[in-house]
Amino acid sequence: MVYVYGNNIDTDRIIPGKYTKTLDLSTLADHVLEDLDPSFSKNVQVGDIIVAGENFGCGSSREQAPIAIKQSGVSVVIAEDFARIFFRNAINIGLPVLEIGKHDIQIGAEIKYDLKSGEVHDLTANKKYTAVKLPQIMIDILEEGGLVAYLKKNKTYNLS
Amino acid sequence: MSKGGKTISEKIIEAHVGHPVKPGDLIITPVDGVMATDTTAPLALKAFKAMNGKSVFDKDKVILVLDHAVPPPNERIANLHRLMRIFAKEQEIKLFEIGEGICHQVMVEHQYVKPGDIFIGADSHTPTYGALNAFACGVGSTDLAATMMTGKIWLKVPESIKIVCNGKLQAGVSAKDLILHLVGQLTISGATYQAIEFEGEAFEGMTLASRMTIANMVAEMGGKTGIVNPKGLELDYDYEPIYPDKDADYKKIFKFDVSNLEPQIAAPPSPDKVENISTTEGTKIDYAFIGTCCNGRLEDLQAAAEVLKGKRIKDGVRFMIAPASKSTLLDAMNDGTLQTLIEAGASIITPGCGPCVGTHQGVPGDDEVVISAANRNFRGRMGNPNSNIYLAAPATVAASALTGEITNPKNV
Repeated sequence: MVYVYGNNIDTDRIIPGKYTKTLDLSTLADHVLEDLDPSFSKNVQVGDIIVAGENFGCGSSREQAPIAIKQSGVSVVIAEDFARIFFRNAINIGLPVLEIGKHDIQIGAEIKYDLKSGEVHDLTANKKYTAVKLPQIMIDILEEGGLVAYLKKNKTYNLS
Repeated sequence: MSKGGKTISEKIIEAHVGHPVKPGDLIITPVDGVMATDTTAPLALKAFKAMNGKSVFDKDKVILVLDHAVPPPNERIANLHRLMRIFAKEQEIKLFEIGEGICHQVMVEHQYVKPGDIFIGADSHTPTYGALNAFACGVGSTDLAATMMTGKIWLKVPESIKIVCNGKLQAGVSAKDLILHLVGQLTISGATYQAIEFEGEAFEGMTLASRMTIANMVAEMGGKTGIVNPKGLELDYDYEPIYPDKDADYKKIFKFDVSNLEPQIAAPPSPDKVENISTTEGTKIDYAFIGTCCNGRLEDLQAAAEVLKGKRIKDGVRFMIAPASKSTLLDAMNDGTLQTLIEAGASIITPGCGPCVGTHQGVPGDDEVVISAANRNFRGRMGNPNSNIYLAAPATVAASALTGEITNPKNV
């Protein structure tokens, strides 16, 4: 299922502050997008996709926001663009994010995507988009599965 | 296109990495300080251990602050605080205890951040230190853990934009009104990934506290950092101010004449829904709040006290104040500000983030309207998605508490 939301979806709507103070990360998924789409957490299934407009994830630095989305089973967030801390956090915890610029993807569209090439294909509208290429260090971090694994392996940052 | 000159951000980064940089370059830079709070530290400490982190890169440069949910409202949060205390003790690093204040306020008061520094905080309002002529960025928990371990962070050198404000603010119009106006003009995504430089007459006479209010809301424009030109900045210690070159490159320059600016209000549910107070005046309020990293400092409490002196807030309105730090609380006690506010009907809560993060200490009820001196009014921000939050300057919050409706402080 493809869920489509608008511009400037802030982190308070992704995961309200009152739920962030926990290390039991599975509880975050119970409240993901609660104040935006109250039925989302009940309906979401593994492999579902969130599509949004511009500045997705603006507001707080809470990493619990991408974690909540990842915990819910969502496989990728596709947006026109992202707020910078959310974007870094998502890569760091291994939640794929694709920035594709203006689009007209509709709720329920059938979408195929490829993280390597960044290609997003809206099969319903038969339209193709290409995501902005990540800097190499972000690709390296994503390929390791996140920043924890990257640093465990490399001990420090490398700009290749 | 490049004219060769450098912006403040570029100069600070170059001084840290030791080679010339330009916007778009990826760099790995040493940092001068790293800070996390009780919202972000627990996950960061978990990540630090998972990265095989043994000890922090420098005991004097890693700081933990208990501020987001203090004192803890339940055992779950109490245990997260406990975890942070244990880590701080093990690592022999500074932990600011419950009631010492909001992370950004204590970092500045205790001089963990200084002009020319690169500072990384696991809190989105970390750009506040731009008031001090520092390059400060917010990050999440895992980035913070990595920086605690390595003493470094990777960054893309941001493009800079410049906001020039000419003219002097009128009496009773504050830095908060100015920054709300600017957020309204640039919008919530207006500075995404960019570094803002603030300059012009309107900023030059500002106190450090007011400059912190300005730089604080860089986060509400999506900025990576925001630095107030140090012209006129007075600190308790000597420092070497960093100015931009005259031929520095800016992606965009915005110019405003602010001499006729009236008090500003951000309507729910976004900090960029900014209006002149004349369009929202008269909106009934239930709850007034002054505090936060944006507006919980002594001059903010004094501005409220000036409006409320010898008066009493409207029956049926509640008024909460969370001083930004213990030293703010003491100063406000010693100069009589606190007495004025309490006599007017305010309740004083523990220095810290207070009700701004929706965890405790004053969650609004359904359909209630809040006027707040904080920096965010997103839906559900204060813990109830069925309430509405208007953002304003402390004087406006106080005037509104007095009348029970959004009120221009000039009219009370």
